[in-house]
Amino acid sequence: MKRFLSQLTFWKTLAGVILLAGAYSTIVRFFGGLGAATNLSDEFPWGLWIGFDVLCGVGLAAGGFTLAGIVYIFNVKRFEPIIRPTILTAFLGYVLVMFALMFDLGRPLQFWHAIIMWNPQSVMFEVAWCVMLYTSVLALEFSPVVLEKFHMEKTKKFVKKITMPLIIVGVLLSTLHQSSLGSLYLIVPDKLYALWYTPYLPVFFYVSAIGVGCAMIIFESFLSSRAFNRGLELDLLTEIARVAVMVLGVLMVMKVVDLADRHALPLLFKPRTETYFYWLEMIVGIIVPFVLLAQRRVRENQTGLFWCAAMMIMGFVLNRLNISITGMEGWAGKAYFPSWMEIMVTISIVTAGFIVFALAAKYLPLFEHEKPHVRVKPEAEWIEDLRSVSQLN
Amino acid sequence: MTKKKAMLIDITMCIGCNSCQEACKTTNNLAAGEEKALSATTYTALNEYDGVFVRRMCQHCIDPTCASVCPVGAFTKTPEGPVLYDEDKCIGCRYCMQACPFQVPRYEWSSTYPRIQKCVFCHERITKGLQPACAEACQVGATKFGDRDELLKEAAERIKAEPSKYVNRIYGQQEVGGTSILYITSVPFEKLGFKTELQTAALPPLTWNALSKVPSIVTVGGSLLYGIWWITNRRTEVQHHELRQREMEKGSNGNGNH
Repeated sequence: MKRFLSQLTFWKTLAGVILLAGAYSTIVRFFGGLGAATNLSDEFPWGLWIGFDVLCGVGLAAGGFTLAGIVYIFNVKRFEPIIRPTILTAFLGYVLVMFALMFDLGRPLQFWHAIIMWNPQSVMFEVAWCVMLYTSVLALEFSPVVLEKFHMEKTKKFVKKITMPLIIVGVLLSTLHQSSLGSLYLIVPDKLYALWYTPYLPVFFYVSAIGVGCAMIIFESFLSSRAFNRGLELDLLTEIARVAVMVLGVLMVMKVVDLADRHALPLLFKPRTETYFYWLEMIVGIIVPFVLLAQRRVRENQTGLFWCAAMMIMGFVLNRLNISITGMEGWAGKAYFPSWMEIMVTISIVTAGFIVFALAAKYLPLFEHEKPHVRVKPEAEWIEDLRSVSQLN
Repeated sequence: MTKKKAMLIDITMCIGCNSCQEACKTTNNLAAGEEKALSATTYTALNEYDGVFVRRMCQHCIDPTCASVCPVGAFTKTPEGPVLYDEDKCIGCRYCMQACPFQVPRYEWSSTYPRIQKCVFCHERITKGLQPACAEACQVGATKFGDRDELLKEAAERIKAEPSKYVNRIYGQQEVGGTSILYITSVPFEKLGFKTELQTAALPPLTWNALSKVPSIVTVGGSLLYGIWWITNRRTEVQHHELRQREMEKGSNGNGNH
């Protein structure tokens, strides 16, 4: 008991309290229905669980396909040291999204209907398929780590062989469903406030997912370097930040051009709640990090990098919540704020993600990446040669 | 071919007796009791605006948004006009509620096995040649059931006969591609809680435009990614090869000296 208490840190206690509240909310949700646990209504059928758990969850897991693309397709092998933890976060992200969806679906036990009852006209159908397939792809991409742990060399070799097709399929699936989450809202031209509704929603969702993917890689690297007392690959993160700046720049230009195209620029100065939230999202998520990260000084500075990444993530979350909640409230004619149970379920799911990641970091060869084989091997052989030569002398 | 059925609701004629709601509840086995808004137990309800009564119900769109967004195809548009919901397919994602331009579908929020609830346009009755229960119950003829083409003609005639009385617009003729429920009124629609700014084209093409690009994204994107990989990979291979050759030269030199 004493030992148990001494190991009980502040964070562990907090996690315990959160999970307890989450468990209570789960019971209320599944035994009392959505109405008992949430503030959802006929006027406002999608709330925090869609806006955050799904839209943000999938987006924040975008680091997986972004880095996989950089390392394997663009063949920038320097980034290999951070690929394993990134793929794991992406995989966990998707598993948690599906888990969260079980709370939100009215008939969760029938979710498999999407596999056999097709409606190719539906964006939701496409998203469902892509998410299921991509989660499987991520599981395979991550499997070598587990196989390595259990010394299953043969299977590992096989997975390695199919790595390239897997990566390509993964990037394609991500492209499809990251953008499709935006397409979900194409069907509500009258409901979604004009600052956010644009035919380019899918493009914006895709580009911003790549941006936040970069931010997440930086953010996670910082967290895990602190949590597991390991070194930080600052030079690598600086380069990821360079990609992020480009993405932010592109996003900013596209947003302005799009607003101008739709003659929606005056909306930026209309004194309305939507306007303030839009500016907040733009300033926190795009403008400030763009200006800061554009400077080499900031990119090469640990604190600067960390806070820029954090801001990009906050801006991204704001953007998705604005589209799913702020931008929809006006038309619905009803305000929505999540119930404490909705919030607790969401926080519990995030907490569960942290716990599983910590366990994986403890028991799996997550950071002991294989040595880059391109250059090191010949050099090592060379040294061997030299040694044998000197021994001869 | 089956003729498309419709209902014409003449707001000027409605006296607010609520017999449409009563008949609807009896026919569809819904919990009795007068209700002022659509709910999981109310397929149609009367809203009052200064003595003017407006009947709310599913519009049964010609190209229904709910049917297009449902991931499992739980909604079907029947040839006669009704848009029907199959609860056995439904997974409860509520995209239909989110997407419906008329905010019609209701949910059984307090149920642990909830259904979407909305007007069924008395599909069973109209395939038997009967009128929908509400139209039959309407004593004053404010709700009239018939073929859509003919009701549109009749609505236009009524407006033409009394242009000073009626607003010159048939709501439902063009909204989101047209609906099976048509309204005419003497009080402007925007004052009666109607969404008057809806686009005239149907909504499903909005998402289909994006979805139809999926095959090209997969093929073009796939070949592009493969191409980039091939080039970058080839580059490292060449580098690797050159490096090894240099090593071998160095190695042979070293051996030669000894």
